[in-house]
Amino acid sequence: MNKRPWAFVVGGLLVALLLAGVVSNYASSHPDGLDSSLLKGCTVDADHNITGGSCPAQQARDHELADSPLADYGVRGIDNAFLSTGLSGVLGVLLTFAVGAGAFWLLRRRGAAATAGGGTTTDAATTAGAGTAPDAAPAAGGPATRS
Amino acid sequence: METLAMHISNGIINGPVAAVFAALALAALTVCVLRGRRDLDDRLAPMAGLVAAFIFAVQMLNFPIFTAGVSGHLLGGALAALLVGPWVGALCVAVVLVVQALVFGDGGVAMLGLNITNMALLGTAAAYLLIALLLRVLPRTPAGLAVTAFVSSVLSVLVASQGFIVQYWLGGTADLGGNLVGLAGTMAGAHLLIGIGEGLITATTVVTVAKVRPDLVYALRGLRPAAAPAVPAVGGVR
Repeated sequence: MNKRPWAFVVGGLLVALLLAGVVSNYASSHPDGLDSSLLKGCTVDADHNITGGSCPAQQARDHELADSPLADYGVRGIDNAFLSTGLSGVLGVLLTFAVGAGAFWLLRRRGAAATAGGGTTTDAATTAGAGTAPDAAPAAGGPATRS
Repeated sequence: METLAMHISNGIINGPVAAVFAALALAALTVCVLRGRRDLDDRLAPMAGLVAAFIFAVQMLNFPIFTAGVSGHLLGGALAALLVGPWVGALCVAVVLVVQALVFGDGGVAMLGLNITNMALLGTAAAYLLIALLLRVLPRTPAGLAVTAFVSSVLSVLVASQGFIVQYWLGGTADLGGNLVGLAGTMAGAHLLIGIGEGLITATTVVTVAKVRPDLVYALRGLRPAAAPAVPAVGGVR
């Protein structure tokens, strides 16, 4: 009854990779709402370094992992800024998906579908079902399968 | 090279308050895991992974807001709540924040509990409360969904920004000379504009997903089949 989400997930991942890998280079480099609010009272130069005044941002300390190879959304050792940002974005998307999907997969509820058969037989059955499932069915099928 | 920091940096809030919020966040995330498991099935798990990855990507896209020299970026609470529900949604945003703090040097590791509280917990909870309300009163059309996504995003971002003010009131390291209200106003003003940007991104994304795969939008479950005979099941969805 339920269509598999994998095709959609792969498509969504490609969009995310494009955004983080390419579009990220066109992002605004101005301080964000939080940073700019904390800079109020200080004067800053063109690189947003504090040059004078008094503001909460002056209390900021170095990050514990500032030496991480991907710190500040760049890959250490790659001088080309476009490549460095883009590659860090791609790695970040893949890593976040791996951590997120991995954790959620382990945490997932093994419900009726999983108990009906073993892992592989369930996969085969649902994959076969996905091909024939009418598009109108999923919305009605979703709630009905829930307790 | 300048530092691109988007979340609370080390030193901004004192250690004890940061530790309290770390404990608070850990407890709340545990509740999210327990409640979220009811939602997490074979279909939602990969979708939740995608939502986390997508939020990571879009958080990199700082957009200018109308105030000169200030940018904003998606926080993602409303988007996550709409697509995978409040419990799993909060976990998605938390995963993003953990990866950013541990790998990308963004948001102090010691400040992780504060950042998770604001963006993953407060942001997602505020968004979902409004989503649950709006989806009941607004027409079940793409426009209704878009308005829901937009308005809940704005609220979510504003609430998250004021969460920081509470934390700063409790443990801010700089002496504001009693001008916490001024900081609150500055934060609210900037985040109202950021919320509008977040609202546009969230509405566009959710309406697109609803068009392609409405069955994968958590917030639409139980709403769509108005004609379905399985009415008793609706109450048990959440």
